[in-house]
Amino acid sequence: MADPLVIIGAGQAASQLMASLAQDGFQGEICLVGDEPHLPYQRPPLSKKFLAGELALDRLYVKPAAFYEKAGSRLLLGQRAERIDRAGRAVLLADGSRLPYSTLVLATGSRPRELPLPGAFYLRNIADVDAIRGQLAPGKSLVVIGGGYIGLELAAVAMKLGVAVTVLEQAPRLMARGVGPVVSQFYARLHGEEGVVIRTGAMVRGLDGKRVVCEGAQYDADIVVVGAGAVPNVELAREAGLAVEDGIVIDAQCRTDDASIYAIGDCASQHHDLAGRRLRLESVHNALEQARIAAAAICGRKPPAVQVPWFWTDQYDVKMQMAGLSAGHDLAVVRGDAERGRSFAVFYLREGTLIAVDAINRAPEFMMSKQLIAERAKIDPARLGDEGVAMKDMRN
Amino acid sequence: MAKIVFEEPDGTERAIDIASGQSIMEGAVRNGIVGIDADCGGACSCATCMVYVPEDWLARLPAKDSTEQSMLEFCPHVQANSRLSCQIQVSDALDGLRLKVPQSQQ
Repeated sequence: MADPLVIIGAGQAASQLMASLAQDGFQGEICLVGDEPHLPYQRPPLSKKFLAGELALDRLYVKPAAFYEKAGSRLLLGQRAERIDRAGRAVLLADGSRLPYSTLVLATGSRPRELPLPGAFYLRNIADVDAIRGQLAPGKSLVVIGGGYIGLELAAVAMKLGVAVTVLEQAPRLMARGVGPVVSQFYARLHGEEGVVIRTGAMVRGLDGKRVVCEGAQYDADIVVVGAGAVPNVELAREAGLAVEDGIVIDAQCRTDDASIYAIGDCASQHHDLAGRRLRLESVHNALEQARIAAAAICGRKPPAVQVPWFWTDQYDVKMQMAGLSAGHDLAVVRGDAERGRSFAVFYLREGTLIAVDAINRAPEFMMSKQLIAERAKIDPARLGDEGVAMKDMRN
Repeated sequence: MAKIVFEEPDGTERAIDIASGQSIMEGAVRNGIVGIDADCGGACSCATCMVYVPEDWLARLPAKDSTEQSMLEFCPHVQANSRLSCQIQVSDALDGLRLKVPQSQQ
């Protein structure tokens, strides 16, 4: 019998890969190796409804255990892959065992960027939530280091639970890597309105017990959580001699420079036509899309069409949906009132072509823009900004 | 608990039991119904769990909120009887519901 297809990493990319392989008619054995003791689960709720206690653990799991059994797969959970032996086509596990593969898929994900702050918590997996949640009670205080998506979603949940929250961001504005200045200002106002203390330009120097020491200020907290971005888990690939630039380098089929090894999800770096360059996306959509593409390639099927990247964040009563890639835009157009209320959109254009949107409680702007971005549509900026022109009529 | 029948894009009919309190989307994904992508996991953020509801069932389902309505309007294969299955919580009253899955969610 042929060696199994081995997947390292048991997140959403892995689970989608297994579902897509089954749909694409894959007949071989699959072996899933994950270092957490859990079946693949959804991470987005970890900083939203699951953290808030509004979603039970069993609803985090993408598929029930029966799905994996039925697929004829072997689950090696709570197991770490230590090394890839490419010449011998095997993965070496932490318990000393050797797992031969016919095809290997790296779905190793990313991990929180660590800061030299002993005693601080991070928010990436179920165990992290379990550790943090007990501290989020009325009257407690939380300092979040990092004003990105995770930190701000955590802040929103903690406020709802009656915690006093301070967010320290070293950049001059919130979510600076992901959104434009108008949206950053909106989120600073939103969190301020909800009672969060936001400090941008805050240079954290250290953690002294439960006191966060910044340049020129200090903040006492019952709990300190760091949300300072993520770094891809590329060590296995790099040690195996695979090409790595920021993420594991893959081609359009999600194949690495070893034809029998694929990489998908947060850990992978792929050329993206919309960006005109190679990049690494940390999003559920990217994980699912690359899983579907890799499954098609493994099964020798036609790959699904590449979609416009998209992302979302839920904070308080505000849902922001983002589509496209705004880097390199030369014009930002605001539709609606960004300075009052909680509903507007920002469109990003480059040389007249719509390349991205940040839609705040604006589903039509998000949905329509996704189509227009895919079409590389050139749209008159004045029309985009004019609420009198319905999104449905936005095609010139 | 409700037994719900899905007609998958290739015409295959599959009946599954979904526990009350779960969404129809969750039941479909857990049971591997083909054509329900549900990329966002039920946050009403992606509109990739659209289904077609028979006329006589439409009024018996919990009403759409404005987000679902707006998302649906822009779905590529939307029809008047479309719903996002992540926004419909299952109850005993839905027993026997039959849903058609679109050819594609894109």
